[in-house]
Amino acid sequence: MSLEVENLKVYYQTLRGDVKALDDVTFGLNSGEIMGLAGESGCGKTTLGHSLIRLNPPMKFIEGSVKLNHEELPIWDMEKMNDFRFMKISIIPQYAMNAMNPTRKIGDMVSDLLRSRGLDFSATLPELKRRLEMVKLPSNVLKMYPIELSGGMKQRMVMVISTLMNPSLLIADEITSALDVASQKAVAELLVEFRDQECCNSAIVITHDISILYQIADSIMIMYAGQLAEKASAEAIIHAPRHPYTKLLISSLPKVGIKHTEKRLPGIPGKPPLLLNPPTGCRFRERCPLAYGKCLEAPPFKEVEKGHFVACWKEFEQNA
Amino acid sequence: MKRYFGRKLLVYILTFFIAVTIDWMIPRFMPGNPVDVLMARAGSFAGATELMHDYYTKVFGLDVPLWQQYINFWGALLHGDLGISVYVFPKPVAEVIMDAVPFDIFLLVPSILLSWFAGNWFGAFAARSKRLDNTILPLGYILTATPYMWLAMLLAWTLGIVFEVFPIAGGYSFSLTPTFSWVFISSLFKHWFLPFISLFLVGFGGWAIGMRNMIIYELEADYSHYLEALGAPRKLVRKYAFNNAVLPQLTGLALQLGVIVAGALVTEVVFSYPGIGYLILQAINTRDYFLLQGCFLFIILGVLLANFVIDIAYVLVDPRTRAGMQGESA
Repeated sequence: MSLEVENLKVYYQTLRGDVKALDDVTFGLNSGEIMGLAGESGCGKTTLGHSLIRLNPPMKFIEGSVKLNHEELPIWDMEKMNDFRFMKISIIPQYAMNAMNPTRKIGDMVSDLLRSRGLDFSATLPELKRRLEMVKLPSNVLKMYPIELSGGMKQRMVMVISTLMNPSLLIADEITSALDVASQKAVAELLVEFRDQECCNSAIVITHDISILYQIADSIMIMYAGQLAEKASAEAIIHAPRHPYTKLLISSLPKVGIKHTEKRLPGIPGKPPLLLNPPTGCRFRERCPLAYGKCLEAPPFKEVEKGHFVACWKEFEQNA
Repeated sequence: MKRYFGRKLLVYILTFFIAVTIDWMIPRFMPGNPVDVLMARAGSFAGATELMHDYYTKVFGLDVPLWQQYINFWGALLHGDLGISVYVFPKPVAEVIMDAVPFDIFLLVPSILLSWFAGNWFGAFAARSKRLDNTILPLGYILTATPYMWLAMLLAWTLGIVFEVFPIAGGYSFSLTPTFSWVFISSLFKHWFLPFISLFLVGFGGWAIGMRNMIIYELEADYSHYLEALGAPRKLVRKYAFNNAVLPQLTGLALQLGVIVAGALVTEVVFSYPGIGYLILQAINTRDYFLLQGCFLFIILGVLLANFVIDIAYVLVDPRTRAGMQGESA
């Protein structure tokens, strides 16, 4: 196990009370695993990604533990986490387009960053140039300002910067959202290449786009209303999902060869609950077609098959 | 690059033309005229008055129709002739202004620059530090909301009248004639201090507030968050934020430096400080078309020049402007 997250609770502090964006999340990540993290807006996937690297107010650490290569990450301490950031855990942010200082040449910015971490820029330069080549950027981008790069180029530049120190864990937050389909595929494939070339050991890919995950992810984790619904291999999630939410989510994806003018996409009726005061029991209960009495109790996130975790009483019943 | 500055220059010339035209119009549409003021000063004989009235009207070129006056005005201006002052008749306007300008520069350059540096430094320092934010910030708001003349009067009353530490009027002691002597220079400084400190304090508050807000905005920008996520120390994040936050402050500084020649009207009036601001008031009171025109012309030139300098400075410090120049937006 490269990453172990146990009973992680992270709430957002608001004037009206705590918003329980991450409630008791437990999962693990194998060495070399690319895990997709999917779910609808507001389900807590970005909160999960960010709390692993930069847990800042209004996010508040409640409890839980995060271990990276058997070493405890002090995610509740902004200062102490600095030793891990960039070196062992890194992020490609959602806002890659604006992630670089607009008034500093990219090379100077990287050099500032490395020097501030006590590293030698000139010693890293050959590797940096090799990585630029890998993502098909000319090495003179280092002499340019971010504004001189296209959106896709900026995205790739940020990928290179984030992974320069070969972190054990890379968090890729919505990296394909702002790109056209062709660039999406290229960026997604780069991520796999990064892993294969050991620019990062394992990765969490946060996205809405399950079809991208099917192409690049080894496993997929589905979140719902701040909790985990299901985690399994990408194959299993797409073809044999077990949690009713996953089933509905997958069936809502458009399929090739079906004209949706004739057959409407089903979608999932209802809305996710507000996380300020989430209902007790299974949080999907109210939208779930299979819900029954037992669902008033919160289901645990259990392994029902090797590598297949699910949080649904119905599933436990069938497997019992 | 050439095209960019060519275009800018064209805009500046056009602005200059329009501004100077308005400058010519404003005094002429005020009620009253300079000849009446001079006559009232001279007074006396009934017959002589009429004669002198005609004479002065001719001397100031006010006997021709307005359109002709306008053309004559441009003609004279292009020859560098700003006319004769009525307020200190018969001194040429250019000389009157040149006597006042050193006082403005002496008063305003230090107060603007020092308040800019101190304010920005303090604002950046106070941003995101709870205790300073709670103390400096309200103080800054109070200072910047204070009208110049009110603070000036308060200072004049306390330090000038109650404690009698500083003189409250004039550019130097009325009993001295300007010489290069220790007595005269110390008198200059004593008279300079109160107007300086009142301008400095108000300016300081404004810059500090502006900088504090800009820094907070920049610290919330994506590039700051990214640096933090990569574990960059607070020092580097702050440095980047400061470098970007200072850009709008630079524009503000240039605009303020541009109106230096305008003096600080109310402050100069309160302390009877003999700068351009004080001259403007006197010119209005005596319907001195020519002096008023001259003062405003200086202001126009100052503002345009400052804007031009800042255009160039921006190109140097902000790469985004440079990129814009190469594209169509140039």
